[in-house]
Amino acid sequence: MIKTDYDLAEKIKTGTDFNAAACINCGSCTALCPLGIELHPRMLFRYALMGARDKVMENTEEIFSCLLCKMCEDNCPAGVPIAGNIRALRSYINRDVFRVAKR
Amino acid sequence: MALPIRDVIGILADNLDRRGSVIPLSMRQTTGWADGLKIPFGGETVIYTGLMYQLIPSIEALAGWMEKFEGSWISRFIGLGRAVNRVINLSWFLLAGRPEEQKKYDGMLHDIARLLMTAGVKFGYLYGKELYSGALLYDEGVDDVFVRHARRVYRIFKDNGVKHVITLDPHTTDMLKTVYPKFISGYDLEVKSYLEVLAERDLQCASKLDGDVVIHDSCVYARYDGIIDQPRSLLANAGLKLPEPELSGRLTHCCGGPLESLFPGKARQVASKRAGQLAECGQQVVAMCPICLANLKRAADSSVEISDISRFLARAYCPMD
Repeated sequence: MIKTDYDLAEKIKTGTDFNAAACINCGSCTALCPLGIELHPRMLFRYALMGARDKVMENTEEIFSCLLCKMCEDNCPAGVPIAGNIRALRSYINRDVFRVAKR
Repeated sequence: MALPIRDVIGILADNLDRRGSVIPLSMRQTTGWADGLKIPFGGETVIYTGLMYQLIPSIEALAGWMEKFEGSWISRFIGLGRAVNRVINLSWFLLAGRPEEQKKYDGMLHDIARLLMTAGVKFGYLYGKELYSGALLYDEGVDDVFVRHARRVYRIFKDNGVKHVITLDPHTTDMLKTVYPKFISGYDLEVKSYLEVLAERDLQCASKLDGDVVIHDSCVYARYDGIIDQPRSLLANAGLKLPEPELSGRLTHCCGGPLESLFPGKARQVASKRAGQLAECGQQVVAMCPICLANLKRAADSSVEISDISRFLARAYCPMD
């Protein structure tokens, strides 16, 4: 069973340009990734849009493994800002889960 | 055991917030490269190193430690390390003392400044007032710390009357050109990479070079900022032939460098793959980003020589002293 948090996508959007709605789930991003099949942006974005917070967090290592090299984004047929979305997921995790900047 | 992401990012964020750089450096380390160049302080146009070249010897030392910690029980104590580092700057103990490496990277900055002087560009330098751009914290998504820092950097430029900034590496270029304006209202600095500045000038070769050089495009220059033709025209004008490797220009392959601090093992795998693609194309490779340079050098076999592009450009365009 996947627990959902209906506000998750909104929380991720806070202060970022997270925009994954255009993803057509084609898998070009994973096919082109220099890291190979370790990284599945389409899956991460789907979890985020569904509000599957636990699933997002299970993939923390993948989210922080992205090179942000934009090989996928530059060739995405749907024009999804993939690197920016990955950065938005990092920003959400650092701010709301890790609380990295807490003084 | 994987490195604890939260604690590693936490240490980098604490350093940036409290000490102005992800890895604090001494004044000697940050400004020593400019010795003897007589660059004036400040002015409307400044060269901005963003400390990237100066940081590489320390980043290499950090990567060495991280590689040892990755998979080791010691990684459990990085959280404790963060707490200690808030009080005592651990970088001084762990990352100090690589003067030979520092000298090499200082030499690259020296060459870049000489190239700009040869091209007739009038510029100043902010010396000890310069801060790191915060690029790594932005990439890792520590936005509140990053934004606070970016505003501090911008304020230093404004307080010193700077209007035009010449950047020296892709990460700093992208930060100042594209990222800062998103977070700072009224941002009005004109930003250009030194490669763009040189390519705009009618530079005459002081001594023509010969041979083949393989270009490794930086992902950030090529895909973020579209800087692809400028290094090619400068090297071709110097007399060099430029065979293109598998994946180049907009399709360039990452060097793995962005993973160095959190996943050194994965960083090495990506770098080895890229170094292999470059080696298949030629034995002389140039990079135009200090992170690409360091990461590819570590992964390449000894038959390939990887240099910063400034080395070839200075040999071709700067008159011999």
